[in-house]
Amino acid sequence: MTNIEKYTNAFVEALEIKEEQVEGLEYQAINEWDSVGHMTLIAAIEDAFDIMMDTDDIIDFSSYEKGKEILTANYEVQF
Amino acid sequence: MEYNYESMLELEPYSLGKAEKQELLSRRLSSLSRQHYQTCDVYKRIADVFGVDWEQIDSYYQLPFLPVRLFKELDLCSVSEEEIIKTMTSSGTSGQRVSRIYVDRKTAGYQQKTLVKIVSSFTGKARMPMLIIDCPSVVKNRAMFSARGAGILGFSIFGRDKMYALDDNMQLDIEEITAFLEKHKGERIFLFGFTFMVWQHFYRELVRLRQKGVKLDLSNGILIHGGGWKKLESEAVSPGVFHQSLKEVCGLDDVHDYYGMVEQTGCIYMQCEYGHLHASIFSDVIIRRPEDFSVCGIGEKGVIQVVSVIPESYPGHSLLTEDEGMILGEDDCPCGRKGKYFSVSGRLKNAEIRGCSDTYAAKF
Repeated sequence: MTNIEKYTNAFVEALEIKEEQVEGLEYQAINEWDSVGHMTLIAAIEDAFDIMMDTDDIIDFSSYEKGKEILTANYEVQF
Repeated sequence: MEYNYESMLELEPYSLGKAEKQELLSRRLSSLSRQHYQTCDVYKRIADVFGVDWEQIDSYYQLPFLPVRLFKELDLCSVSEEEIIKTMTSSGTSGQRVSRIYVDRKTAGYQQKTLVKIVSSFTGKARMPMLIIDCPSVVKNRAMFSARGAGILGFSIFGRDKMYALDDNMQLDIEEITAFLEKHKGERIFLFGFTFMVWQHFYRELVRLRQKGVKLDLSNGILIHGGGWKKLESEAVSPGVFHQSLKEVCGLDDVHDYYGMVEQTGCIYMQCEYGHLHASIFSDVIIRRPEDFSVCGIGEKGVIQVVSVIPESYPGHSLLTEDEGMILGEDDCPCGRKGKYFSVSGRLKNAEIRGCSDTYAAKF
Protein backbone atom coordinates (compact mmCIF):
# COMPACT_ATOMS: atom_id res chain seq x y z
CA MET A 1 0.00 0.00 0.00
CA THR A 2 1.29 3.48 -0.78
CA ASN A 3 1.44 6.10 1.97
CA ILE A 4 -1.57 7.97 0.61
CA GLU A 5 -3.56 4.73 0.55
CA LYS A 6 -2.57 3.96 4.13
CA TYR A 7 -3.47 7.49 5.18
CA THR A 8 -6.86 7.46 3.47
CA ASN A 9 -7.55 4.01 4.77
CA ALA A 10 -6.95 5.18 8.35
CA PHE A 11 -9.70 7.80 7.88
CA VAL A 12 -12.08 5.33 6.28
CA GLU A 13 -11.64 2.71 8.99
CA ALA A 14 -11.30 4.90 12.08
CA LEU A 15 -14.17 7.22 11.23
CA GLU A 16 -16.22 4.60 9.39
CA ILE A 17 -16.74 6.80 6.37
CA LYS A 18 -16.51 6.36 2.59
CA GLU A 19 -13.33 6.98 0.66
CA GLU A 20 -15.06 9.69 -1.39
CA GLN A 21 -15.62 11.72 1.80
CA VAL A 22 -12.01 12.24 2.83
CA GLU A 23 -10.86 14.92 0.36
CA GLY A 24 -11.25 18.33 1.98
CA LEU A 25 -12.66 16.82 5.16
CA GLU A 26 -12.32 18.98 8.27
CA TYR A 27 -12.38 18.16 11.97
CA GLN A 28 -15.90 18.53 13.42
CA ALA A 29 -17.42 18.87 9.94
CA ILE A 30 -19.12 15.49 10.22
CA ASN A 31 -20.48 13.68 13.28
CA GLU A 32 -17.99 10.85 12.89
CA TRP A 33 -14.97 13.15 13.20
CA ASP A 34 -15.70 14.52 16.64
CA SER A 35 -13.32 14.46 19.60
CA VAL A 36 -13.90 10.74 20.17
CA GLY A 37 -13.36 9.98 16.49
CA HIS A 38 -10.28 12.16 16.52
CA MET A 39 -8.44 10.03 19.06
CA THR A 40 -9.42 6.85 17.18
CA LEU A 41 -8.17 8.40 13.96
CA ILE A 42 -4.85 9.44 15.51
CA ALA A 43 -4.35 5.93 16.87
CA ALA A 44 -5.05 4.46 13.41
CA ILE A 45 -2.59 6.82 11.72
CA GLU A 46 0.07 6.10 14.33
CA ASP A 47 -0.38 2.38 13.74
CA ALA A 48 -0.33 2.74 9.98
CA PHE A 49 2.97 4.62 9.91
CA ASP A 50 4.45 3.27 13.14
CA ILE A 51 4.94 6.75 14.60
CA MET A 52 4.03 8.54 17.79
CA MET A 53 2.63 12.01 17.34
CA ASP A 54 3.18 14.94 19.71
CA THR A 55 0.21 16.36 21.58
CA ASP A 56 0.62 19.65 19.68
CA ASP A 57 0.35 17.86 16.36
CA ILE A 58 -2.74 15.97 17.49
CA ILE A 59 -4.38 19.30 18.29
CA ASP A 60 -3.25 20.92 15.03
CA PHE A 61 -4.51 17.96 12.99
CA SER A 62 -7.57 19.86 11.80
CA SER A 63 -8.26 18.48 8.33
CA TYR A 64 -7.38 15.70 5.90
CA GLU A 65 -4.98 18.03 4.10
CA LYS A 66 -3.47 19.54 7.28
CA GLY A 67 -2.76 16.03 8.54
CA LYS A 68 -0.70 15.26 5.45
CA GLU A 69 1.35 18.41 6.00
CA ILE A 70 2.01 17.48 9.63
CA LEU A 71 3.04 13.93 8.76
CA THR A 72 5.43 15.13 6.09
CA ALA A 73 6.92 17.99 8.11
CA ASN A 74 7.36 16.20 11.44
CA TYR A 75 7.32 12.44 10.81
CA GLU A 76 9.08 12.03 7.47
CA VAL A 77 6.03 10.55 5.77
CA GLN A 78 6.09 11.46 2.08
CA PHE A 79 2.95 11.49 -0.03
CA MET B 1 -8.97 45.96 24.37
CA GLU B 2 -9.25 42.66 22.55
CA TYR B 3 -6.79 40.14 23.87
CA ASN B 4 -5.54 37.26 21.81
CA TYR B 5 -5.68 33.94 23.60
CA GLU B 6 -3.34 32.21 21.17
CA SER B 7 -0.48 34.38 22.41
CA MET B 8 -1.25 33.46 26.02
CA LEU B 9 -0.82 29.82 25.12
CA GLU B 10 2.82 30.52 24.33
CA LEU B 11 3.48 31.27 28.00
CA GLU B 12 4.52 28.69 30.55
CA PRO B 13 1.54 27.89 32.82
CA TYR B 14 3.17 28.76 36.14
CA SER B 15 5.59 31.45 35.03
CA LEU B 16 3.90 34.70 36.03
CA GLY B 17 4.14 36.48 39.39
CA LYS B 18 1.17 38.20 41.00
CA ALA B 19 1.37 41.63 39.32
CA GLU B 20 1.93 40.33 35.80
CA LYS B 21 -0.75 37.68 36.11
CA GLN B 22 -3.29 40.16 37.46
CA GLU B 23 -2.72 42.47 34.55
CA LEU B 24 -2.98 39.71 31.98
CA LEU B 25 -6.10 38.14 33.50
CA SER B 26 -7.79 41.50 34.02
CA ARG B 27 -7.33 42.38 30.37
CA ARG B 28 -8.51 39.04 29.02
CA LEU B 29 -11.41 38.60 31.45
CA SER B 30 -12.73 42.15 31.00
CA SER B 31 -12.72 41.68 27.27
CA LEU B 32 -14.46 38.30 27.63
CA SER B 33 -17.11 39.80 29.92
CA ARG B 34 -17.89 42.56 27.45
CA GLN B 35 -18.07 40.01 24.67
CA HIS B 36 -20.60 37.89 26.59
CA TYR B 37 -22.53 41.03 27.54
CA GLN B 38 -23.03 41.67 23.86
CA THR B 39 -23.68 38.11 22.74
CA CYS B 40 -25.54 36.46 25.61
CA ASP B 41 -28.85 38.01 26.46
CA VAL B 42 -29.17 36.26 29.83
CA TYR B 43 -25.69 37.41 30.86
CA LYS B 44 -26.55 40.95 29.86
CA ARG B 45 -29.74 40.90 31.94
CA ILE B 46 -27.88 39.58 34.99
CA ALA B 47 -25.11 42.16 34.66
CA ASP B 48 -27.71 44.91 34.26
CA VAL B 49 -29.60 43.78 37.37
CA PHE B 50 -26.37 43.99 39.33
CA GLY B 51 -25.72 47.41 37.83
CA VAL B 52 -22.30 46.55 36.48
CA ASP B 53 -20.49 49.65 35.29
CA TRP B 54 -17.98 48.36 32.74
CA GLU B 55 -16.05 51.63 32.73
CA GLN B 56 -15.28 51.28 36.45
CA ILE B 57 -13.82 47.78 36.22
CA ASP B 58 -10.05 47.64 36.22
CA SER B 59 -9.46 44.23 37.80
CA TYR B 60 -11.05 40.81 37.34
CA TYR B 61 -11.80 40.83 41.06
CA GLN B 62 -14.58 43.34 40.27
CA LEU B 63 -16.27 41.33 37.52
CA PRO B 64 -19.65 39.77 38.24
CA PHE B 65 -19.62 36.05 39.08
CA LEU B 66 -22.44 33.70 38.26
CA PRO B 67 -23.38 30.90 40.65
CA VAL B 68 -22.56 27.56 38.97
CA ARG B 69 -26.10 26.40 39.73
CA LEU B 70 -27.38 28.90 37.17
CA PHE B 71 -26.16 26.63 34.36
CA LYS B 72 -28.74 24.10 35.52
CA GLU B 73 -31.58 26.54 35.54
CA LEU B 74 -30.87 28.62 32.46
CA ASP B 75 -29.57 28.03 28.96
CA LEU B 76 -26.47 30.19 28.94
CA CYS B 77 -25.01 30.43 25.50
CA SER B 78 -23.12 33.15 23.63
CA VAL B 79 -23.08 31.69 20.13
CA SER B 80 -25.75 30.65 17.66
CA GLU B 81 -27.06 27.10 17.74
CA GLU B 82 -25.31 26.13 14.50
CA GLU B 83 -21.93 26.93 15.99
CA ILE B 84 -22.29 24.53 18.92
CA ILE B 85 -20.28 21.37 18.33
CA LYS B 86 -20.89 19.70 21.65
CA THR B 87 -22.93 20.05 24.78
CA MET B 88 -21.28 19.01 27.99
CA THR B 89 -23.26 18.17 31.08
CA SER B 90 -22.23 18.22 34.70
CA SER B 91 -22.26 15.07 36.71
CA GLY B 92 -25.31 14.82 38.89
CA THR B 93 -26.90 12.19 41.06
CA SER B 94 -30.18 10.85 39.72
CA GLY B 95 -33.00 13.30 40.20
CA GLN B 96 -30.66 16.27 40.06
CA ARG B 97 -30.78 18.70 37.19
CA VAL B 98 -27.55 18.86 35.27
CA SER B 99 -25.73 21.87 33.91
CA ARG B 100 -25.55 22.24 30.17
CA ILE B 101 -22.43 23.80 28.73
CA TYR B 102 -22.44 24.80 25.06
CA VAL B 103 -19.11 24.57 23.33
CA ASP B 104 -18.19 25.83 19.87
CA ARG B 105 -15.14 24.90 17.86
CA LYS B 106 -12.97 27.72 19.11
CA THR B 107 -13.69 27.15 22.79
CA ALA B 108 -13.23 23.38 22.38
CA GLY B 109 -9.81 24.03 20.87
CA TYR B 110 -8.84 26.37 23.71
CA GLN B 111 -9.97 23.79 26.27
CA GLN B 112 -7.81 21.06 24.83
CA LYS B 113 -4.77 23.27 24.25
CA THR B 114 -4.91 24.70 27.77
CA LEU B 115 -5.29 21.28 29.34
CA VAL B 116 -2.25 20.07 27.41
CA LYS B 117 -0.18 23.05 28.57
CA ILE B 118 -1.10 22.54 32.22
CA VAL B 119 -0.83 18.77 32.41
CA SER B 120 2.29 18.37 30.30
CA SER B 121 4.12 20.73 32.64
CA PHE B 122 3.68 17.90 35.19
CA THR B 123 3.91 14.80 33.00
CA GLY B 124 6.34 15.95 30.32
CA LYS B 125 5.65 16.07 26.60
CA ALA B 126 5.94 12.38 25.80
CA ARG B 127 2.69 10.47 25.48
CA MET B 128 2.48 7.36 27.62
CA PRO B 129 0.65 4.04 27.64
CA MET B 130 -2.59 4.94 29.40
CA LEU B 131 -4.66 2.99 31.85
CA ILE B 132 -8.08 4.56 32.34
CA ILE B 133 -9.60 3.60 35.69
CA ASP B 134 -13.14 3.61 34.37
CA CYS B 135 -15.42 1.67 32.05
CA PRO B 136 -15.59 2.16 28.27
CA SER B 137 -19.31 2.95 28.20
CA VAL B 138 -18.74 6.40 29.76
CA VAL B 139 -17.80 7.92 26.41
CA LYS B 140 -20.43 6.12 24.32
CA ASN B 141 -22.90 8.92 23.76
CA ARG B 142 -20.78 11.17 21.63
CA ALA B 143 -22.91 14.26 21.29
CA MET B 144 -23.76 14.52 24.97
CA PHE B 145 -20.73 14.34 27.14
CA SER B 146 -21.02 13.80 30.80
CA ALA B 147 -18.31 15.50 32.81
CA ARG B 148 -16.84 12.04 33.38
CA GLY B 149 -16.61 11.29 29.68
CA ALA B 150 -15.25 14.74 28.91
CA GLY B 151 -12.56 14.31 31.55
CA ILE B 152 -11.46 10.95 30.19
CA LEU B 153 -11.49 12.17 26.64
CA GLY B 154 -9.62 15.36 27.42
CA PHE B 155 -6.86 13.45 29.19
CA SER B 156 -6.71 10.77 26.47
CA ILE B 157 -4.43 13.00 24.43
CA PHE B 158 -1.60 12.18 26.86
CA GLY B 159 -2.10 8.48 26.29
CA ARG B 160 -1.21 6.14 23.49
CA ASP B 161 -2.28 2.53 23.48
CA LYS B 162 -5.14 3.21 25.86
CA MET B 163 -6.84 0.62 27.96
CA TYR B 164 -9.93 0.79 30.14
CA ALA B 165 -9.10 -0.94 33.40
CA LEU B 166 -12.75 -1.66 34.27
CA ASP B 167 -15.47 -3.41 32.32
CA ASP B 168 -19.00 -2.04 32.09
CA ASN B 169 -19.85 -3.74 35.37
CA MET B 170 -17.00 -1.79 36.98
CA GLN B 171 -14.96 -4.96 37.50
CA LEU B 172 -11.19 -4.72 37.30
CA ASP B 173 -9.84 -6.72 34.39
CA ILE B 174 -6.66 -7.91 36.06
CA GLU B 175 -5.54 -10.29 33.32
CA GLU B 176 -5.75 -7.67 30.61
CA ILE B 177 -4.00 -5.13 32.82
CA THR B 178 -1.18 -7.54 33.60
CA ALA B 179 -0.72 -8.19 29.88
CA PHE B 180 -0.84 -4.44 29.17
CA LEU B 181 1.86 -3.74 31.76
CA GLU B 182 3.97 -6.63 30.46
CA LYS B 183 3.76 -5.21 26.94
CA HIS B 184 4.91 -1.80 28.22
CA LYS B 185 7.49 -3.02 30.68
CA GLY B 186 10.04 -0.35 31.57
CA GLU B 187 7.84 2.46 30.23
CA ARG B 188 6.19 5.16 32.28
CA ILE B 189 2.49 4.39 32.59
CA PHE B 190 -0.15 7.11 32.74
CA LEU B 191 -3.15 6.33 34.92
CA PHE B 192 -6.25 8.49 34.93
CA GLY B 193 -9.46 8.14 36.88
CA PHE B 194 -11.88 9.72 39.28
CA THR B 195 -10.89 9.63 42.92
CA PHE B 196 -13.66 7.41 44.25
CA MET B 197 -13.46 4.97 41.33
CA VAL B 198 -9.72 4.66 41.81
CA TRP B 199 -10.26 3.83 45.48
CA GLN B 200 -13.31 1.58 45.19
CA HIS B 201 -12.63 -0.36 42.00
CA PHE B 202 -8.86 -0.21 41.70
CA TYR B 203 -7.21 0.10 45.12
CA ARG B 204 -9.68 -2.13 46.97
CA GLU B 205 -9.54 -4.77 44.26
CA LEU B 206 -5.74 -4.73 44.32
CA VAL B 207 -5.82 -5.25 48.08
CA ARG B 208 -8.12 -8.24 47.60
CA LEU B 209 -5.96 -9.66 44.80
CA ARG B 210 -2.80 -9.28 46.83
CA GLN B 211 -4.19 -11.77 49.31
CA LYS B 212 -4.40 -14.20 46.43
CA GLY B 213 -0.80 -13.48 45.49
CA VAL B 214 -1.53 -11.23 42.50
CA LYS B 215 0.41 -7.96 42.53
CA LEU B 216 0.82 -5.12 40.05
CA ASP B 217 3.98 -3.05 39.88
CA LEU B 218 3.13 0.56 39.05
CA SER B 219 6.20 2.17 40.59
CA ASN B 220 6.77 3.56 37.10
CA GLY B 221 3.30 5.07 36.93
CA ILE B 222 1.85 8.54 37.26
CA LEU B 223 -1.75 8.88 38.41
CA ILE B 224 -3.89 11.95 37.83
CA HIS B 225 -7.25 11.82 39.56
CA GLY B 226 -10.01 14.26 40.43
CA GLY B 227 -13.72 14.62 40.97
CA GLY B 228 -14.14 15.12 44.69
CA TRP B 229 -13.40 13.59 48.08
CA LYS B 230 -16.76 13.69 49.75
CA LYS B 231 -17.38 9.97 49.87
CA LEU B 232 -13.83 9.10 50.83
CA GLU B 233 -13.84 11.70 53.57
CA SER B 234 -16.84 9.99 55.10
CA GLU B 235 -14.78 6.79 55.08
CA ALA B 236 -11.90 8.68 56.70
CA VAL B 237 -9.66 8.30 53.64
CA SER B 238 -7.61 11.50 53.55
CA PRO B 239 -5.47 12.48 50.55
CA GLY B 240 -2.43 11.33 52.52
CA VAL B 241 -3.95 7.92 53.22
CA PHE B 242 -5.06 7.63 49.60
CA HIS B 243 -1.55 8.24 48.29
CA GLN B 244 0.16 6.07 50.91
CA SER B 245 -2.25 3.18 50.33
CA LEU B 246 -1.69 3.19 46.57
CA LYS B 247 2.04 3.28 47.12
CA GLU B 248 1.83 0.32 49.41
CA VAL B 249 -0.36 -1.86 47.21
CA CYS B 250 1.26 -1.27 43.81
CA GLY B 251 4.23 1.07 44.26
CA LEU B 252 2.38 4.00 42.66
CA ASP B 253 4.01 7.11 44.11
CA ASP B 254 3.59 9.88 41.53
CA VAL B 255 0.01 10.85 42.39
CA HIS B 256 -1.69 14.14 41.53
CA ASP B 257 -5.17 15.17 42.51
CA TYR B 258 -6.78 17.94 40.51
CA TYR B 259 -9.64 20.35 41.10
CA GLY B 260 -11.79 21.41 38.20
CA MET B 261 -15.32 21.51 36.90
CA VAL B 262 -17.08 20.96 33.61
CA GLU B 263 -18.17 24.62 33.52
CA GLN B 264 -14.50 25.56 33.17
CA THR B 265 -13.16 22.56 31.28
CA GLY B 266 -9.52 22.92 30.32
CA CYS B 267 -8.49 25.00 33.32
CA ILE B 268 -7.74 22.46 35.96
CA TYR B 269 -5.89 23.05 39.20
CA MET B 270 -3.17 20.43 39.56
CA GLN B 271 -1.76 19.26 42.84
CA CYS B 272 2.00 19.64 43.15
CA GLU B 273 4.46 17.37 44.91
CA TYR B 274 3.82 19.30 48.14
CA GLY B 275 0.13 18.49 48.03
CA HIS B 276 -1.01 22.00 47.05
CA LEU B 277 -3.49 22.78 44.28
CA HIS B 278 -2.09 25.39 41.90
CA ALA B 279 -3.75 28.04 39.74
CA SER B 280 -2.12 28.38 36.33
CA ILE B 281 -1.92 31.64 34.37
CA PHE B 282 -5.10 30.55 32.54
CA SER B 283 -7.30 30.73 35.59
CA ASP B 284 -7.49 31.86 39.18
CA VAL B 285 -9.29 31.25 42.43
CA ILE B 286 -10.66 33.99 44.64
CA ILE B 287 -11.93 33.03 48.09
CA ARG B 288 -14.92 35.07 49.27
CA ARG B 289 -16.66 35.48 52.61
CA PRO B 290 -20.16 34.02 52.36
CA GLU B 291 -21.73 36.92 54.33
CA ASP B 292 -20.83 39.74 51.98
CA PHE B 293 -18.66 38.19 49.23
CA SER B 294 -15.67 40.29 50.23
CA VAL B 295 -12.29 38.73 49.49
CA CYS B 296 -10.72 36.50 52.16
CA GLY B 297 -7.11 36.78 53.24
CA ILE B 298 -4.53 34.01 53.01
CA GLY B 299 -5.47 31.12 55.30
CA GLU B 300 -9.07 32.27 55.68
CA LYS B 301 -11.76 29.82 54.69
CA GLY B 302 -14.52 30.94 52.32
CA VAL B 303 -16.47 30.19 49.15
CA ILE B 304 -14.39 29.50 46.04
CA GLN B 305 -14.84 31.72 42.99
CA VAL B 306 -13.11 30.49 39.85
CA VAL B 307 -12.19 32.49 36.78
CA SER B 308 -11.04 31.03 33.48
CA VAL B 309 -9.79 32.77 30.35
CA ILE B 310 -11.19 30.03 28.06
CA PRO B 311 -14.98 30.23 27.67
CA GLU B 312 -16.06 32.22 24.63
CA SER B 313 -19.15 30.26 23.64
CA TYR B 314 -20.85 30.48 27.04
CA PRO B 315 -20.51 33.02 29.89
CA GLY B 316 -18.68 30.71 32.30
CA HIS B 317 -15.49 32.72 32.74
CA SER B 318 -16.29 33.90 36.28
CA LEU B 319 -18.23 31.55 38.55
CA LEU B 320 -19.06 31.17 42.19
CA THR B 321 -18.76 27.50 43.12
CA GLU B 322 -20.44 25.73 46.01
CA ASP B 323 -17.08 24.62 47.37
CA GLU B 324 -15.19 25.91 50.37
CA GLY B 325 -11.48 26.40 50.48
CA MET B 326 -8.62 28.69 51.38
CA ILE B 327 -5.60 30.26 49.77
CA LEU B 328 -2.41 28.81 51.23
CA GLY B 329 -0.06 31.28 49.60
CA GLU B 330 0.89 33.02 46.39
CA ASP B 331 4.07 32.79 44.28
CA ASP B 332 5.98 31.07 47.10
CA CYS B 333 5.15 27.34 47.05
CA PRO B 334 8.31 25.30 47.70
CA CYS B 335 7.67 23.48 44.39
CA GLY B 336 8.69 26.69 42.58
CA ARG B 337 5.46 27.24 40.64
CA LYS B 338 4.17 30.79 40.66
CA GLY B 339 0.57 31.80 41.22
CA LYS B 340 -1.85 31.07 44.04
CA TYR B 341 -1.91 27.70 45.74
CA PHE B 342 -4.86 26.58 47.77
CA SER B 343 -6.80 23.77 49.37
CA VAL B 344 -10.42 22.70 48.98
CA SER B 345 -12.05 21.72 52.23
CA GLY B 346 -15.45 20.57 51.06
CA ARG B 347 -18.87 21.61 49.95
CA LEU B 348 -21.01 24.36 51.40
CA LYS B 349 -23.81 23.18 53.63
CA ASN B 350 -27.00 22.48 51.66
CA ALA B 351 -25.03 22.40 48.44
CA GLU B 352 -25.87 19.68 45.99
CA ILE B 353 -23.58 16.73 45.55
CA ARG B 354 -21.57 17.17 42.38
CA GLY B 355 -18.23 16.09 41.03
CA CYS B 356 -17.57 13.01 38.91
CA SER B 357 -16.31 11.06 41.86
CA ASP B 358 -18.93 12.14 44.35
CA THR B 359 -22.02 11.69 42.21
CA TYR B 360 -20.93 8.20 41.29
CA ALA B 361 -20.14 7.46 44.93
CA ALA B 362 -23.63 8.52 46.00
CA LYS B 363 -24.83 5.12 44.74
CA PHE B 364 -22.77 3.33 47.40
